[in-house]
Parts: sequence; C-alpha cells; structure tokens
Amino acid sequence: MSDTAMTAPGGHDDDGTTRRDFLLFTTLTVGATGAALAVWPLIDTMNPAKDVLALSSTEVDLTPVQEGQAITVVWRGKPVFIRRRTQAEIAAARSVKVSDLPDPQPDTARVKQPAWLILVGVCTHLGCIPLGQKSGDTRGDYGGWFCPCHGSHYDTSGRIRRGPAPANLTVPPYEFLNDNSVRIG
Amino acid sequence: MSKPTWTNPVVRWIDYRLPVFTFANEQLIEYPTPKNLNYWWNFGSLAGIVLVIMIATGIFLAMHYTPHVSLAFASVERIMRDVNYGWLIRYIHMNGASFFFICVYIHLFRGLYYGSYKSPRELLWIIGVLIILTMMATAFMGYVLPWGQMSFWGATVITNLFSAIPVVGQSIVSWLWGGFSVDNPTLNRFFSLHYLLPFIIFALVFLHLWALHAHHSSNPVGIDMKGPQDSIPFHPYYTVKDAFGLGVLMLVLLGFVFFAPNFFGEPDNYIEANPLVTPTHIVPEWYLLPFYAILRAIPNKLLGVIAMFGSILILVLVPWLDTSRVRSARFRPVYRVFFWVFLLDCIVLGYVGANPPEGYFITVGQLATFWYFFHFVIVLPLVGWLERPRPLPDSISASVMAGKGKEAGHA
Repeated sequence: MSDTAMTAPGGHDDDGTTRRDFLLFTTLTVGATGAALAVWPLIDTMNPAKDVLALSSTEVDLTPVQEGQAITVVWRGKPVFIRRRTQAEIAAARSVKVSDLPDPQPDTARVKQPAWLILVGVCTHLGCIPLGQKSGDTRGDYGGWFCPCHGSHYDTSGRIRRGPAPANLTVPPYEFLNDNSVRIG
Repeated sequence: MSKPTWTNPVVRWIDYRLPVFTFANEQLIEYPTPKNLNYWWNFGSLAGIVLVIMIATGIFLAMHYTPHVSLAFASVERIMRDVNYGWLIRYIHMNGASFFFICVYIHLFRGLYYGSYKSPRELLWIIGVLIILTMMATAFMGYVLPWGQMSFWGATVITNLFSAIPVVGQSIVSWLWGGFSVDNPTLNRFFSLHYLLPFIIFALVFLHLWALHAHHSSNPVGIDMKGPQDSIPFHPYYTVKDAFGLGVLMLVLLGFVFFAPNFFGEPDNYIEANPLVTPTHIVPEWYLLPFYAILRAIPNKLLGVIAMFGSILILVLVPWLDTSRVRSARFRPVYRVFFWVFLLDCIVLGYVGANPPEGYFITVGQLATFWYFFHFVIVLPLVGWLERPRPLPDSISASVMAGKGKEAGHA
C-alpha cells in the first residue's frame, strides 16, 4: 500500500493495478454490502410476525372426548386431529409389520399415551384435509383417514398405507399437562 | 458521441433487437453534462432515489396494513410492534415522505434561482409542478391511512375544501367521502389511490427526465453548452457525485429514523381517530404548512381555497412571468435579492401555518400571502424588464477556467 500511496492518482502500481481500481472495488464492495443489508429488513417483514408466533401453542381440554371419538382443533391455522383410540384400533396399529409400511414408523413412536393419537390433519400429498374425523366420514381401507383429493389411505396411527402421499401424517410437538389436557406447540 | 460496438455477443444480440445498452450508454454513461454543476444539482437524483425508497417500503407496509376504520389503527401498531423490522420500514416511510419534500423543495428553489425553467425547459418545469401536486395528494392520503386523530381531522378539513365550490360543492364532497362524513369508504379509496399515485409520479418522473435529456441540464451560469469543452460524461463524474450526495442524505434521513423518528410527526396521530372529538389544534404535515397559511389568510372560504391551489398552480406560469433573458441569478443582482426575500416569505408562511390563526399571526400571514403572489405577478415581470444583468461569460468552459474570481460575487 505504501507503494501505491506514492504513485500519482490513477498511476500504475508494480502489478498493473491503480489506486483508482482499489477505490472502485472498495466502494463497490461497501455499496453492495450496504444494499444487501438494507434489503434484509424488507424481506424479513414477510416472515411470521411476533403476534403470529405467539399463537403457536394451543391448550386443549380432553375431558369430553369419549373412547372412539375424535375432535379437531386449530393450531397455527391448521387442523389438528385428536382421536381417543379404542383398544382394537391400538392393536390394529401395533400389529402391522413396520418394514412393510411406505414410511416405516412404529406406532409407539407416534404417541405419548397409547389412547391419544394427535396428528396435524393435513395430507402430506398436497395439503388437503383427510376425512375420518366425523362419525359419518369414510375412514379409508385401514380405519384411519382417507384423503378425498387424491385417494390416500391412512391407518389408525395416521400412517400412509396406500395412495400418492409420501409420508405419514405429521405428529405435532405436544405435551400432556395432566390426564385431561394437552398443550399443542 | 460515437455508437459503441459491443464485444459481448449476448449484449450485441440483444442490442440489435432492443437497443437498451446503446440507450443506457447514451443517456446514463456518455450523456454530456455541463462540467460546472454544483451540489444544488444533486437534489433531482436524490428525490428520484427517495421515490424508489418510498415505493419499496410502501409495498412492504401494504402487506401488513388493513384499510378498515376499525382495524387500520391497530394494524399500524401491529406493524410497529409485531412485524419483523416493521418499525424500521414504517419510520423510513414516514421520514422518507418528509425528505422527499425536502429534496423536491430544494430542487424547486434551485430551479427558481438558476432560471432552470426558461426556454427550452418550460415543459420540463411544468411536469415538475405536476409531480409536486401529485406528491402532495399522495402524501395527504398516506397520512390518513394510520387513522389517527390528525389523519381523520386532516382528511375532514382537506376534503371540506371542495365544499367551497359554488352549487355543486356539497355533492362533490360527499362523492369524495362516499358517504356523509369521512368514513370507511373514504379510507378504502384513499388507500387505493395512495398505492396508485406513486406510480403516476414515477411516470411523470420519466417524462421529466425525457424532457431533461432533450436539452440536457441547465447549469449555474445558465448558458448553453457550446461544445465538448463545456461538458463531461455523466459517468463516472456525476454518478460519483450523486452517490456521494446520496450517502450524505442517507446519514441525515437515517439519523432521524433512528434517533428522532417522530420529529416531523404529530403526537395526536397516535390517538385513534374519533369522529366526535376534534383535536384543539389541527395542523397538516410541515411540507403543506405554507399553503395552509395561504388558505387561512383569506377570510372568504372560496377565495381562500382558490388562493391555496393558485399558489401552486402559479408556478406553471413562471417561465412566462419571468421576462429576463438571463437564466442564472448569479448575473441578476436585483432578482437575486428578491429570490432570497421570496424564500424567506415561504418560510414565514410555513411558520404562520404551524401556529393558531390568532393575534399578529393573522396579519403576518396575510402580508406573507400578499408578497407570495406579488413576487410572481409583479416582481418577476418587472425585474426582468428593468434589471440590468451583469455580463455573461463567453462559455461554461471560460467561466470555469477563469477560476474563483468569477465566483466571488456569488453568495
């Protein structure tokens, strides 16, 4: 640099670069960095806002749900299926050979208490809501849920068994606050 | 200016079919610009950049804003508290409006001082006046959107101006409102127009630049470029100068954004609009104060409204009201004095507009209003006829080469 400082403005240094080149590149670098930093706040405004993030947990009272019944609650704007499974449904979910499943996962890994199955009620194919929550709904060939959009069948553990969906219904993060209530999120 | 030959084959392919590269080279790079432009010539490009900043921040604000009377105020507060960087984007937008007017007003007074409006730049000037008018409408409607007390009552007062029109006034006002008072339909249409008008401004800026590039920039000595010795290419000389000016402007603008974001605002606008209670002292934003003072100076409602709009529209006639053949005030010793008096007069009007119409403010406001119009209608033509301008230099180049001696008489 001391050599460069000695040369006249625009004069060539030993390696052919000029002081003007140096100024140009530093100016452009600082300018480009500044522009990138200025653009980030604009982009970040489109991320979920604090009030949206604050709605990210939902507490549910499980007292009214009888065995064999299901309820749907809203968490982050999406339906969450809570089904109180019968002994037969639990047995059906656990008797399947895990390695035969399209998305292998044992039922024990998908529940915290065997009776309570809690799932995000959004088909993993293209985001429709599967049928099977209401008493009159078809539950598909495996007794769980059936997605009417493109015909995906889910079993009593919410696992994909047949159809175009690539993965099991997602288990949301949740914890039991006590025997009768659960916090989702 | 020779037509460049492009070496890059992709550039050459595109340029043959759509000569954007040739155009950019002619209009932004080689574009001959007077070599004596001073820093007052920075404010046009600065205003343009602030316009882009306003549109960019505005688009992101609109993603979070709700134009409904019961939700608007809360949605703005949500932007301030919950949206990521919402406070920053809104404060830039708020203070950016003020700085847009600062840049444009300096740009306007630059034009008045150096006679930039004179032939062949009359249309360029008139388009500029239209830009200011559109900016005022845009700023006013934007100020209504947060639905605070000043928003609501400012909207009520300004829309009621149109009730001064004889016979159809009241019908026009309820047409503007979409009802019988400023209410939800008013807010909805103001939001729609506030989003539209900046793009109209953008189109007007394009025409403004087109007209500018037809005859190139004027300059501090106000004589035309006579050859290559009088000009330098726009790039890198003025791109660098404009970039430097932008850096300074950003320091000041962001200084306000980060350290005094509500300096230009009114505290009353952080109270949600209440159609049943008028704030004790209604004032518009600072950039409208001189015109507000003119409105209040005249005791007759209709004449007051006419004077207020006339005070802006009279600028359109300035190229013809100024009868002097010399452009720059640098060579017009009498006009130069009147220029500074006029600038002071506008500042006095702004000061009067910010204060309640009582006591001596009324008299001062009326005198200042009188002088405002006197300047345009009487002073400009008369000084043009009677004044004896100082001798002009032979060329831009000669004035530059003569060194500081020529500049000494200039304040």
